[in-house]
Amino acid sequence: MSDSASIRRPNHLWEQLRPLGPYLRRHRRALLLGALTLLGTIVFSIAAPMIIRAAIDSFQQGVSSPSQLLGYAGLLVGAALGSAFFRFWTRWILIGMSRDIEYELRNDLFQHLELLSARFYSDWRVGDLMTRATNDITHVRMVLGPGVMYTANALIMFPLIIAVMLSLDWHLTLLVLIPVPLVSLSMRTLGKRIHDYSERIQAKFSALTARVQENLAGVRLLRAFTQEKAEEQAFDNLNRDYLTESARLIRFQAMLWPALGILLGISFLLVFWLGGRAVLDGRITVGDFYAFSHFLGMLIWPMIALGWVVNLFERGAASMKRIEQLLTTPPDIADRAGADPPASIQGAIEFRDLHFRYNGVPVLEGINLAIPAGTTIAIVGPTGSGKSTLTHLVGRLYDAPDGSVLVDGQPVKAHRLELLRHAIGYVPQETFLFSDSLRANIALGATAATPEQIARAAHIAGLADDIEAFPKKYDTLVGERGITLSGGQKQRTAIARAILRNPRILILDDALSSVDTHTEEKILRGLTTVMRERTTILISHRVSTVRHADQIVVLNEGRIVERGTHEELLARGGYYSELYQKQLIEEELERE
Amino acid sequence: MSDAAHYHEEEALGKVYDARLARRLLRYARPYRGAIAAAVVLTILFAALESVVPLFFKVAIDQYLAPTSVPDPKLAFATRHLPTDPWTGLRLLTGLFLGVLAATFILEYTRARLTLLTGQRVMFDLRREIFGHLQRLPIAFFDRNPVGRLVTRATTDVDSLNEAFSAGIVAIFGDILMLTGYVAILFYFDWRLALLCMSVLPLIGLVTMLFRRFAREAFRRTRVAIARINAFLNEHLSGMSVVQLFNREQHAARQFDQINRRNLEAWRSAILAHSWFYPAIEVISLLALAVIIWRGGIHVTQGTATTGTVIMFLLYAMRFFRPIQDLSEKYGILQQAMAAAERIFKLLDTPLTITSPARPRALPTRAGHVEFRDVWFAYGGEDWVLRDVSFVIEPGTMAAIVGHTGAGKTTITNLLLRFYDVQKGQILLDGVDVREQDLEALRRRFGIVLQDPFLFSGTIASNVRLGSAWINDEGVEQALENVNLRDFLRSRAEGIHQEVRERGATLSTGQKQLISFARALAHEPALLVLDEATSSVDTQTEFQIRAALERLVTGRTSLVIAHRLSTVQRADNILVFHKGRLREQGTHQELLAQRGIYSKLYQLQYRDQEVGAVADDD
Repeated sequence: MSDSASIRRPNHLWEQLRPLGPYLRRHRRALLLGALTLLGTIVFSIAAPMIIRAAIDSFQQGVSSPSQLLGYAGLLVGAALGSAFFRFWTRWILIGMSRDIEYELRNDLFQHLELLSARFYSDWRVGDLMTRATNDITHVRMVLGPGVMYTANALIMFPLIIAVMLSLDWHLTLLVLIPVPLVSLSMRTLGKRIHDYSERIQAKFSALTARVQENLAGVRLLRAFTQEKAEEQAFDNLNRDYLTESARLIRFQAMLWPALGILLGISFLLVFWLGGRAVLDGRITVGDFYAFSHFLGMLIWPMIALGWVVNLFERGAASMKRIEQLLTTPPDIADRAGADPPASIQGAIEFRDLHFRYNGVPVLEGINLAIPAGTTIAIVGPTGSGKSTLTHLVGRLYDAPDGSVLVDGQPVKAHRLELLRHAIGYVPQETFLFSDSLRANIALGATAATPEQIARAAHIAGLADDIEAFPKKYDTLVGERGITLSGGQKQRTAIARAILRNPRILILDDALSSVDTHTEEKILRGLTTVMRERTTILISHRVSTVRHADQIVVLNEGRIVERGTHEELLARGGYYSELYQKQLIEEELERE
Repeated sequence: MSDAAHYHEEEALGKVYDARLARRLLRYARPYRGAIAAAVVLTILFAALESVVPLFFKVAIDQYLAPTSVPDPKLAFATRHLPTDPWTGLRLLTGLFLGVLAATFILEYTRARLTLLTGQRVMFDLRREIFGHLQRLPIAFFDRNPVGRLVTRATTDVDSLNEAFSAGIVAIFGDILMLTGYVAILFYFDWRLALLCMSVLPLIGLVTMLFRRFAREAFRRTRVAIARINAFLNEHLSGMSVVQLFNREQHAARQFDQINRRNLEAWRSAILAHSWFYPAIEVISLLALAVIIWRGGIHVTQGTATTGTVIMFLLYAMRFFRPIQDLSEKYGILQQAMAAAERIFKLLDTPLTITSPARPRALPTRAGHVEFRDVWFAYGGEDWVLRDVSFVIEPGTMAAIVGHTGAGKTTITNLLLRFYDVQKGQILLDGVDVREQDLEALRRRFGIVLQDPFLFSGTIASNVRLGSAWINDEGVEQALENVNLRDFLRSRAEGIHQEVRERGATLSTGQKQLISFARALAHEPALLVLDEATSSVDTQTEFQIRAALERLVTGRTSLVIAHRLSTVQRADNILVFHKGRLREQGTHQELLAQRGIYSKLYQLQYRDQEVGAVADDD
């Protein structure tokens, strides 16, 4: 925790929580109402001991009739109902508000994350983003909910109760209040200690978890080397470390409640001792004596809460900082301001002396390639040669240097981003399906599609027969909450998804790698009609997929090393013809 | 409802108390029965002392502050010993009060420390048992269960059990004892007033029950909602480029808004439950106070009760309700713990299917003769991965396994090490079926190098040695030197103690391969099983690996799943697998001459390496 020192400084704390300002302003009515109901709660709860005090004094002096006592009891119930009524609304309004803001903040965060580019997502781990969208938001919510409520409660309650106590006997009040701040202080220091130790334990816990994780991931290796006992020994050591560290925490953890208990007890003791003397002196009545102990009891919980709340604020501020870090990351791929973008896209693509580096590493170098609208281009080449990157630049998942990627003769940045992407049907190398129905997955980019259109797209993608075989057909759920599709079925779903968009540009990035050659042929036959009127970029390792393309380029280490038609490239005898030979052999092997 | 069902295993919450589970859990507490007994005694003492505190007020008021004409006979046991002078009396009571406070502090602290520590000890044992069990479960189990879930069993699940143990059970016991103490004292002094006070208890019970029913449903909804938020975020953040390319931003935002809103609504109902529950409890407790001042006041004016008694009743009544509220909060903790216990025990009950035979057959020699005899194997059902496979590897020779993807190559090594048992046929090592041999002794004879060189976080030395303490630093260094890593180690100050991060993130592919070679070498195996990496390395490293391999196979039986031309050329016998069957065998030259499957594989996989890697195709 390198930044814990700076968090502790209050001005930083407020600085870090400042982004919450607009949210709180939006809910200022709730805040105001909450404060008012809180005031109501407190006034009524202060009334209760005062009523009891009056009752005690009256019956102790033997001057009360049963009806009078019933009157006190009635008043007390009335005060209880009043306080309960306001307490209900306080909680409902203030805690409810914190949930509202949590909801808004999470929505805002997600919508902002949607604007960030592929580069951002390659720099950040999903797990980290998730933590910020869940745990960190929870911490912030704790500030807004219990944090705000208990702080307000303390701020309103203390002055009121202390004023009432002072009015009963100022001398006694000052004396019995001495231990009260100690409650807050000890809650805070012990809380801090416990928090620090908890963090160390968390580290031990992570080590333990990592060990189990590694052990299970390397289970084959460890079994092969008969390391079971050694692993158990190593785990035992970590397990013991965790136990030792826990024992250290327990020293403080076990102290918390007894310490608060004894401070509370000492306050009562002071009332007992000093209050008792005041009664003997005749300065206060027995009723007052009772009221003092009741008020002290009322002060203790908010004091404990206050100590806790300080820690809440610190944690919440640190979390808010982490959330703000995401919210202030500017979207690096966005529409150019003030430009006059073309209204439609025909689909001609050109790469003009394209050089592209990723994290300083050159990925594409000197690419010159024109793909006329409506034609098909195939790209082949070894893994890591830059094939996928080339297609990513068309849809602006990444931005290439200005003017090196053109669509319809205009730089990609001159097009409206939404329109540009609308013109593209993309089948990525790794199919990504959402945990939703097959229908929703196919209609991902064409929400308005009719069932007939969806079925047709599925048919062209060679998926229709598979879907018909599922009991729930197009409503079959896939992914985490549904069935697991085979690799080929997933790819065909992604193809259907791309076709359904009716795009000007169709990009198939190794999209048929998981289907067998027979199915591949079928899909390709279906696709020819679709491809006829569109610009198509086909990436594949299979000659059978690419042979009919209008032009074929071979990419190696970011450069175009061969280009031409199937026949031309075969005649040249380079990488492509090697690939062709290998495929023939594979087919022979398949038949063995 | 159907939504919830999908988050079944991790989300399910069962009963709060399940006798079968509880009994089984209790077994883990048995070694600590001394500490637990001590904690119980401390709890009883604490509850006893804690429950007398309001009594001090009664004594002081009745005796000194508002003395009654007729002393309360029920207090005679105390008043007998008290001085008559109010000032000294009050001082004495204050001293006693202070003593009680100090005692409760010590008792409570000792008790809390003892129970928390015992809880941790029990969890230590439980974690050890889970981990030990995981070390013995068959590999097939790990094919079925994702690592993440298993990690949760040994870590998070154990922790939620701990919470129940340390914050739940003992505290509940303490709360109940304390309540009993309060009730006993109240009844002793004024049973009529006590009965009146108790009359509000059914109300508390009713309100708590209503709250629980209401809150349980709300909390169930919040759990489902959070699980959905997590699932949605995970999916959409992982697949953000698809979202963006398909212009789904607004649609996804709307979907997320719905899920997010469902979470909000679920929490809103949870808040509603809490919003009325606490005030309701407050009203009921003040109702009790109202009854006390009304009826108690009448008794005082009639002279049948003292002011001290009434105030004492007020003080007890105020203390009464927190433990009751606590009890309802403990409910959730127990519920979660029971669910965790259920999951843990399910794991511990998973049978160990691959174990050593009761009386393993000792092997006469350490020759290293391997034989597969009519082996059929499927990972599941009738999906045969190996069909009727028979072959022999003579001691001291090197066999290479080649085949196209899906030919069943890796399965051979899995079976040899008895990660799985065959369905038909036999695998014999030195003439004895592997199933009749001691499992540890069997595996100990092998050195294995996996295709993906797996490195653990630690140091280079710890990765070579693993847990085998008998390999000393010299042995480690020797092994690393034999795989040509000497220069690499010399270049680093820490030498063999250089840090290795998880999965060997800081090392090159070639270095990782060589380290895993050294690992096998250092263990001096009689037999070597090597699955060659497919990834290409530079020429320099290629030569290093080739030389290291030569060192590895010399003088021992070895089985190599070959991806390098140099390896198949070196092999004494090449076993050619195709579609689960052993189709050809012989030396490189013999097989090439056959013009069969091998010659095709050669053209596909190995020929490129001959011309010096034009372009690597994988």
